[in-house]
Amino acid sequence: MNGLVTAAYIGATVLFILALGGLSHQETARRGNLYGMLGMGLALVATFFGVVTANYGILILALVVGGAFGLVLARRVQMTQMPELVAILHSLVGLAAVLVGFANFMDPSTHFTGVEKTIHDIETYLGILIGAVTFSGSVIAFGKLSGKIGGKPLLLPARHWLNLGLLIVAIWLGGWFLGTSDSGAGLVPLVLMTIVALLFGIHMVAAIGGADMPVVISMLNSYSGWAASATGFMLGNDLLIVTGALVGSSGAILSYIMCRAMNRKFLSVIAGGFGTAGGAVTAAAEQGEVRSLDPAEAAQMLLDAKHVVIVPGYGMAVAQAQHAVYELTKELKARGVDVRFAIHPVAGRMPGHMNVLLAEANVPYDIVHEMDEINDDFPNVDVSIVIGANDIVNPSAQEVPDSPIAGMPVLEVWKGKTTFVLKRSMATGYAGVENPLFFKDNTFMLFGDARETLTALIKAL
Amino acid sequence: MRIGVPKEVTPGERRVATTPETVGQLVKLGFTVTVETGAGAEASFSDEAYRAAGAEIAADAAAVWSTADIVLKVRAPVDDEVERMRPGQMIVGFLAPAQNARLLERLAEKRVTALAVEGIPRISRAQKLDALSSMANIAGYRAVVEAAQHFGRFFMGQITAAGKVPPAKVLVIGAGVAGLSAIGTAKGLGAIVRAFDTRPAVKEQVESMDAEFLMLDFEEEGEGVGGYAKVMSPEFIAAEMALFREQAKEVDIIITTALIPGKPAPKLITRDMVESMKPGSVIVDLAAEQGGNCELTVPGQVIEHHGVTIIGYTDLPSRLPAQSSQMYATNLRHLLADMCPGKDGNVVVDMDDEVIRGATVVKDGEITWPPPPPKISAAPPKPSQAARAAEPAAEKKPAPKWLGPAVTFGLGALALLVVGLFAPPSFMQHFTVFVLACFVGYMVIWNVTPALHTPLMSVTNAISSIIIIGALLQISSPEPAIKWSAFVAVLITAVNIAGGFAVTRRMLAMFRK
Repeated sequence: MNGLVTAAYIGATVLFILALGGLSHQETARRGNLYGMLGMGLALVATFFGVVTANYGILILALVVGGAFGLVLARRVQMTQMPELVAILHSLVGLAAVLVGFANFMDPSTHFTGVEKTIHDIETYLGILIGAVTFSGSVIAFGKLSGKIGGKPLLLPARHWLNLGLLIVAIWLGGWFLGTSDSGAGLVPLVLMTIVALLFGIHMVAAIGGADMPVVISMLNSYSGWAASATGFMLGNDLLIVTGALVGSSGAILSYIMCRAMNRKFLSVIAGGFGTAGGAVTAAAEQGEVRSLDPAEAAQMLLDAKHVVIVPGYGMAVAQAQHAVYELTKELKARGVDVRFAIHPVAGRMPGHMNVLLAEANVPYDIVHEMDEINDDFPNVDVSIVIGANDIVNPSAQEVPDSPIAGMPVLEVWKGKTTFVLKRSMATGYAGVENPLFFKDNTFMLFGDARETLTALIKAL
Repeated sequence: MRIGVPKEVTPGERRVATTPETVGQLVKLGFTVTVETGAGAEASFSDEAYRAAGAEIAADAAAVWSTADIVLKVRAPVDDEVERMRPGQMIVGFLAPAQNARLLERLAEKRVTALAVEGIPRISRAQKLDALSSMANIAGYRAVVEAAQHFGRFFMGQITAAGKVPPAKVLVIGAGVAGLSAIGTAKGLGAIVRAFDTRPAVKEQVESMDAEFLMLDFEEEGEGVGGYAKVMSPEFIAAEMALFREQAKEVDIIITTALIPGKPAPKLITRDMVESMKPGSVIVDLAAEQGGNCELTVPGQVIEHHGVTIIGYTDLPSRLPAQSSQMYATNLRHLLADMCPGKDGNVVVDMDDEVIRGATVVKDGEITWPPPPPKISAAPPKPSQAARAAEPAAEKKPAPKWLGPAVTFGLGALALLVVGLFAPPSFMQHFTVFVLACFVGYMVIWNVTPALHTPLMSVTNAISSIIIIGALLQISSPEPAIKWSAFVAVLITAVNIAGGFAVTRRMLAMFRK
């Protein structure tokens, strides 16, 4: 029986790897997701029949209730709320890791001695630690993304020292735990450490501002994987180790991609606070003036254009304007205008956020391009429409060497012939940097709610 | 305040400083506008049209000059007109302050305020006021039209039943506003266009119009203050003349637009170059007013030398009166709008405003020309120079390339050594699996297209719920505490599994080609 279970676990592992591999292209992505489901099903069935020996009743109850709740959640969620959903789901993994860790610690049937005992204790300790950080961090991220908590970074005085202090306390508690777990009295340091880890998670995410959320989400994604992996070590279960490592490295790579797209060091994102340290926000002297345009004039210019590129940002998600964007795209395409989309890696609040929103609005993915694919084409573009984006189209990233966003890769819309910017006001972006794009001679502002402006544009066409 | 627009008195001047369209906009700004009867006749704007737009029509010039607080002109006022001015009045027009010191003195004596549109600095904010550019644009267009008029052939190459027609070759010297406009117009007619300029920065602009940019194999920056050209070194001029000499033999039409602010036009086309051109060729000299770029140019006239027509008209914008009046009037309207922040028909001459300061040449009887040099040039000063200088400095101490990987590998090896020394074999087995899985993940994830990053996160989230296996291992425990905590763990991970996969499925279903 044991051999069969292990064989099923190997099958599940392979299926999980295939699932992630399938996501490399849109054509194979659905198959990938199917592999994932199969893998999970296989692992569950094998464990259910091969390992579980009692309490089937509450097990099935938990599976059915939890599964039904998850399905309803998945069906109800708005595509614009994806980041929140992902954040809250991460918190569940973290919580589960904490629970499994505690249950394992309390289980009297496990007996280790010597080095094995120490290693096992460390694994338990780490599993709970990572799980708790993931849990509280994800809850705070959820709060920030859903607007229940303000998006501004919370900057406590001496916050770096605070973090360091919490780390030292966690290590010290670890020592205490290892020392006392022999006598079975390790529960106190374990609980204390969990509290410290929870506090650390809260503080860490609270100090990070809205636009760094893509990094945070992918980082928490990574943590949830490492938590699973640590749990796998604790239980001596290879399936958990492999799966956790896959997820962990996936999240880590995503964090790296996001950081690179913002030209920032991972550590400085985690340390929190942005644009607050340097006084470099002193705007350049000559800003010139802003030209605004009414929808009728803008529509005329769009009709005269041959190549149009739409650059969506978080503002499009906020205004729920993705459907209006596609309406506009269809209208323009029907009139023979070539319309494409340009997506910056950190547009929105989580990796790939914009792609999902556009997909929801039925925008075909072959006209949606990545930054690197489209940046060289901007000189040939007649009109770029920037919808609710700011820092990702800011020329100071290239032109002003001491700008806080200097060196960040940006979409070079200003190289096109004209740019429309749909924006609610002249407020600066997340980085707090003035955007000289708005003052360029070939930039026109269309102030107002993005969705209403787009609707007016469509009408004017 | 009352704006007065007299009829231009300079012979041959057909433009007018306001049009019915701008009258309407000026009235909206709170001004009253008086236009002399017949002022717009030459530019096809009738008195009725002005009246319909809200202007009053004055019977003669005297009525305009005596009632107006602000006089809008195209050309600088002649002596009679200056006589008519009264203290406190304001005048706006092409006053040519650099060439017209005497006029400035007389205006100062009259204790008036005078704004010369030439003085408007070339900064981005002031582009909509830049009448020089508007007029240059028109002049460039008209230059090609005049050339076509005197050129006995097609511009566009054709192959017809009656034989093959070669395309005309046009050389444009000086790719400023006028030059670019000429390039565009000549291109539009189908000619092969080449352009030359001392400022390498304009190469891109020339090439963007599909014309060929002639390069000199010579290092010298031709960009002076404010985006204008500057005087070049003798060596450069020699090289440039050699280029023109060579081109002159080949091209059919030369359009010269080379001007250096405040200096006579540089002589670029010499007599022998003209004589080397094919008979029937045409030279249009847009710099005729400043003495001409061609040695043989006679300002204001068309002459023929050795079969080559040399056009030296100085009134090209005025030969397109409706268009140039319209653009000039719009420039002036923007200027007045800038000076009238309250939109109440009262103007303020704000000498702290860089644009107004530049334009104002006489204020309340004092000559304020020339203004202090503009702070910001039209093109941003080249950062590349500074960057180039900075780069080598940054690269001064290159850490050896092998250092980074060496440290990483060293630390990794050390860590593995420590683990290997103390850990039991069962741990090492799991550890092997862990490290390999990390690498598999690393390889697989890099292939994921960025568009699918959100589905990737939701699917990895669902997969990380594999932690449910841990809870399943514990749920059979007889200990109630363990049983119930495993129950909760199963419950929440089940939410996660179902939710994660379902939402991924939903998202992926939306991606379509």
